[in-house]
Amino acid sequence: MSAIAKPVERLIEAFSRLPGVGPKTASRFTFFLLRGSDNLSVELAEALQQLHTDVVTCQQCYNIADESPCAICGDSLRDATTICVVEEPLDVVALERTHAYHGLYHVLHGAISPADNIFPDDLRIRELVRRLEAAPVEELILATNPNLEGEATAAYIQRQLAGKKVRVTRLARGLPVGGDLEYADALTLSRALAERQTA
Amino acid sequence: MGREKLYRAEAVVLHRQDMGEADRLLVLYTPDHGKVRVIAKGIRKPSSRKSGHLELFARSRLLIARGRNLDIITQAELVESFEGLRTDLSRISYAYHVAELLDRFTDEDIENRPLYDFLLSTLQWLAESENLSLTSRYFELHLLDYVGYRPQLFRCVQCNDEIQPVENYLSAEEGGVLCPRCGEHVPRTRPLSMPVLKILRFLQTYDYPTCRRLQLRDAVSRELELVMELLLSHYLEARPRSLAFIRQLRRERQLKNKTKHGTM
Ligand SMILES: [Zn+2]
Ligand SMILES: [Zn+2]
Repeated sequence: MSAIAKPVERLIEAFSRLPGVGPKTASRFTFFLLRGSDNLSVELAEALQQLHTDVVTCQQCYNIADESPCAICGDSLRDATTICVVEEPLDVVALERTHAYHGLYHVLHGAISPADNIFPDDLRIRELVRRLEAAPVEELILATNPNLEGEATAAYIQRQLAGKKVRVTRLARGLPVGGDLEYADALTLSRALAERQTA
Repeated sequence: MGREKLYRAEAVVLHRQDMGEADRLLVLYTPDHGKVRVIAKGIRKPSSRKSGHLELFARSRLLIARGRNLDIITQAELVESFEGLRTDLSRISYAYHVAELLDRFTDEDIENRPLYDFLLSTLQWLAESENLSLTSRYFELHLLDYVGYRPQLFRCVQCNDEIQPVENYLSAEEGGVLCPRCGEHVPRTRPLSMPVLKILRFLQTYDYPTCRRLQLRDAVSRELELVMELLLSHYLEARPRSLAFIRQLRRERQLKNKTKHGTM
């Protein structure tokens, strides 16, 4: 690597730490930016800087947002009696794409996976229980991924809510086992939403 | 392993990790190649035909293509899903534990067919067992055996004297039981009560259908868990992580029972 200028090497190294990016792709990205005549590099640099200064976690739903409460939590037209629990912010994006859901969200930021050191307390489950105690809702939709980690997380949440007066539902089985919510097409997802069942 | 481009393998999925856009890196345990790491491409997309066949703890028949770094799964067909352990959170927590231990105690590409068969049996037991912690202890003790760390439970690991029915010591570093005389001079031991030593010997000696009938008092069961944790942690040079989840579930269950019966 010594034949390459330091700043170039540094960027390649940084890119290759991203998920799914190998050294080859990292080099391609870097040389593309280097050759680029437009302002992409500047735009990227600005966007990256703002990523950590201008983005906050909504203190109600824990989604990533511009402000707290986020646009969804702050929208008085949305149905505050329903909360949909998802693993990742991208799942919110997928559900919003369906235009079939008008309630609020709660983002866990992961699913239980002890071998990876992800325990219930690392997710926003305690915050969810507190949120429901502070402002009871009618329905809680558990929209964790339809795979083992997602099912385990949903089962754990249900256990925490035993005895509480809230209808707990799970997305319908239209979603194939093993897939991730964020990749589901809008049609399948809105159908799974419409046919959700009491958990 | 041969050098052909495609090969067939049966496997149990021990661990999965998201990779790139929609791929997953899978850690598998197989009868012919032991532990292997492979990539399942596009598996996180609901349209993937493989996704339902490569769930955690599932047993599948695979067709795998050799890659430059990691091999790639091209076909997957579910053989056994162990449904019973998927629908119950406690069973899931123990399955996590078993998969974690197997992953951490084995190296890649080392064939160990008896261990593969033992894994299949254990998953089946966990799907049905009424005593998950006992089943788990049975697995742990025999896992140590399969990977070459069988603890010595009948003779003192220092003086080789036969162990007497008194309170003895256990040393993970020495790999077994110490008589009271030797135990006093060896650092980092823990006392080992006679009832627990008896259970350990029983589990090490008899097969599962015999062992599953054991009824343990809570105190014995707890000590047994700590003793096994000590042994496992020594070889792993770290504590088994899933045990913390098992304990959290147990704690929460006990708390709930107490509240229910108004004794809090
Ligand atoms: Zn919000
Ligand atoms: Zn001795």
